[in-house]
Amino acid sequence: MTIALQPGAGVSRRDFLRASALAGGGLLLASYVEPLDAADAFAARAAGASGVADPSLNAFIRIMPDGMVTIVAKNPEIGQGVKTMLPMLIAEELDVEWKNVRVEQAPLDSVRYSGQTAGGSTATPSNWLPMRRIGAAGRAMLVSAAAAKWGVPASECDTTPGVVRHAASGRTIGYGELATSAASSTAPDLATVTLKDPKTFRIIGTRVRGVDVHAIVTGTPMFGIDVTVPGMLYATYLKCPVFGGTVASANLAEVRTLPGVRHAFVVNATSIQEGVTVGISPGVAIVADSWWLAKSARGRLRVRWNEGTTAAQSSAGFARQAAELAKQPPQLPMRHDGDVGAALEGAVKTVSASYMYPFIAHATLEPQNCTARYADGKLELWAPAQLPDLGRGMVAKALGLEPEAISVNITRSGGGFGRRLYQDFMVEAAWIAKETGAPVKLVWTREDDIQHDFYRPAGYHNFAGGVDAAGKLVAWQNHFVSFGDGKSFAASANIGGGEFPARFVPNYSLAASMMPTGVPTGALRAPGSNGIAFAVQSFIDELAHAAGRDPLQFRLDLLAAEQPAPASTGTGPQPVLFDGSRMRAVLELVAEKSGWGTRQLPRGTGM
Amino acid sequence: MKVRFKVNGQPRSVDVPADMPLLWTLRDVLELKGTKFGCGAAQCGACTVHFNGAATRSCVLPVSAAQGAEITTVEGLSPDGTHALQRAWEELDVPQCGYCQAGQLMSAAALLDAKAHPTDADIDVAMNGNLCRCATYLRIRQAIHRAAELKVQATHAGRPRRLTEGKP
Repeated sequence: MTIALQPGAGVSRRDFLRASALAGGGLLLASYVEPLDAADAFAARAAGASGVADPSLNAFIRIMPDGMVTIVAKNPEIGQGVKTMLPMLIAEELDVEWKNVRVEQAPLDSVRYSGQTAGGSTATPSNWLPMRRIGAAGRAMLVSAAAAKWGVPASECDTTPGVVRHAASGRTIGYGELATSAASSTAPDLATVTLKDPKTFRIIGTRVRGVDVHAIVTGTPMFGIDVTVPGMLYATYLKCPVFGGTVASANLAEVRTLPGVRHAFVVNATSIQEGVTVGISPGVAIVADSWWLAKSARGRLRVRWNEGTTAAQSSAGFARQAAELAKQPPQLPMRHDGDVGAALEGAVKTVSASYMYPFIAHATLEPQNCTARYADGKLELWAPAQLPDLGRGMVAKALGLEPEAISVNITRSGGGFGRRLYQDFMVEAAWIAKETGAPVKLVWTREDDIQHDFYRPAGYHNFAGGVDAAGKLVAWQNHFVSFGDGKSFAASANIGGGEFPARFVPNYSLAASMMPTGVPTGALRAPGSNGIAFAVQSFIDELAHAAGRDPLQFRLDLLAAEQPAPASTGTGPQPVLFDGSRMRAVLELVAEKSGWGTRQLPRGTGM
Repeated sequence: MKVRFKVNGQPRSVDVPADMPLLWTLRDVLELKGTKFGCGAAQCGACTVHFNGAATRSCVLPVSAAQGAEITTVEGLSPDGTHALQRAWEELDVPQCGYCQAGQLMSAAALLDAKAHPTDADIDVAMNGNLCRCATYLRIRQAIHRAAELKVQATHAGRPRRLTEGKP
């Protein structure tokens, strides 16, 4: 399954702003993603017969007559601080005091917000200009409103936080007083609005406390697992311990008689995309008056599973296969520079080593969960999800609903780490709620969470390397054994064709072999690198020790040997271009700050 | 079964299965969502509450064992969110995702009750059972030291000292 972390990124889309007055006074600024006619239709509906906006409409900025500003954070907060960061960008350009800003979490709304995702570490660069432009447009409208009121050119006015001033006459007026009149003006074109000179930033670049910290330390409900809906029942969902297994039979009649149990049913549906189970997997749902009763009943549940072919797979089996494959010629050549065979033969010292790392689960501290309510053909979800829009699409497909019939409330997530890029828990909750006919909160057990993840795939690296008489690295070879069909890797089981130290060593070879697997795999923080970097850097250390060199100096020399991207005979993806001089600078700083070479390091520690 | 106990100073009475853990009684019966479910096996510390003053994992404690007990949850750590630990946590911006922090606070509060000025080593021992997947451990340690300072300042309220900004 391919996951687009930034839907819309790379596609030419324009955002538009529309202003409306709030009942009781105040300005509401909302943005709309193309098409513009939809934006206008929405704005007309927003204005309504009374000419004032419905305050429940999703906006970016609300300015109240008392000068208090509400800014909406559009992206899912998983602990990365985005709910604080995005509003900071808007507040900076709007030019308001941060203490006068309240932050609200947006629901999923693809008409008004683009890129409501958490993943890929791109939220700041991809929102840097769009959010600032929204704030700047708001500021421009307030300046225009003040200029009109005073009968002076807008170009003669500027702002201090929360205040427009006309320097020539010494007049000032607060944003709150201007908000209602600004609402009747046309929002400027976001593409051409004037932004602040970064030298004048007052909020960006300063230390700003997380907006939810007080709520967190006082135990205020805000996570997905904290959601309560009137009339809500609680669900647990038991899936086959073997990936891809289905339910043969279950003692449902007995389970239904247990205390508090309202529903118990089998789901024998599977959504598969590109060979990977996404969304619903077969299992048994138990819905009860409390989660504890549902879980207690689950203890009495007896299921006979059709385990399927994945039952024959195991970590030990993969390790054996990987060792066998490492002895065979690689299935997929990825890159070849120079002549590694000759360089290894001519090397003064050579080292061969195999490294492996296991499958690991993300283990977000908040177990996967989702709350769903289905009524009259409409579905509402409360989900701690990194890709709520993708999740909505998966739910729509699995349940046969139009995406427009599904609304999604984005809750705070108790950790993400890539696990919540896979919205299987949303589909399960939606399925169970639809079948049950009552609002349902699905909460996975910790055991469910460890047993049914999209795991960081295991990997097996088979290295050979050689150093010359001067102690420099001259040959590097890696036969990487991973998972896939021999041509393409399983999700997040890939390696880049330019993986380090390509371009830093004259004779370099990278090739891969793959094993099929039924284990779901996926992204975990710094996908790929979190395993590969450990193996690569550890082997570099082994080579440094074999050469009798200081591991730091060995690396600095290696990084100094940077070559411009050479012609590659491989067919892999484009090489990742590392900047050797910056990497050297990082190592030098680490060495300085850690007192490298002046301290006795504990066993198991290295550069 | 009927269980009567005190939660955050208030007498409460619930009628729940005897084996229901205190955690689920707090969360789903008494609607106190601050205490978190992390593992259900007393392995992660997210569910930590004070049980007669002692930091206790509520996910494995049957509610029947809480008959007559005094329970304190994060909601009851202070009436208004101004316990020294809560203030220090805010000052140092400790939480990342925030999910473990209620449990961290309750373990830290029990530690400070027992030892007003814990060392780093005391903190590491007392907090060892509270996992944080975001790895906020260093800030937690700083914040516990800071809370110890704030408590001293509170007892010398007649001579207010200017609070220094938290170290990053």
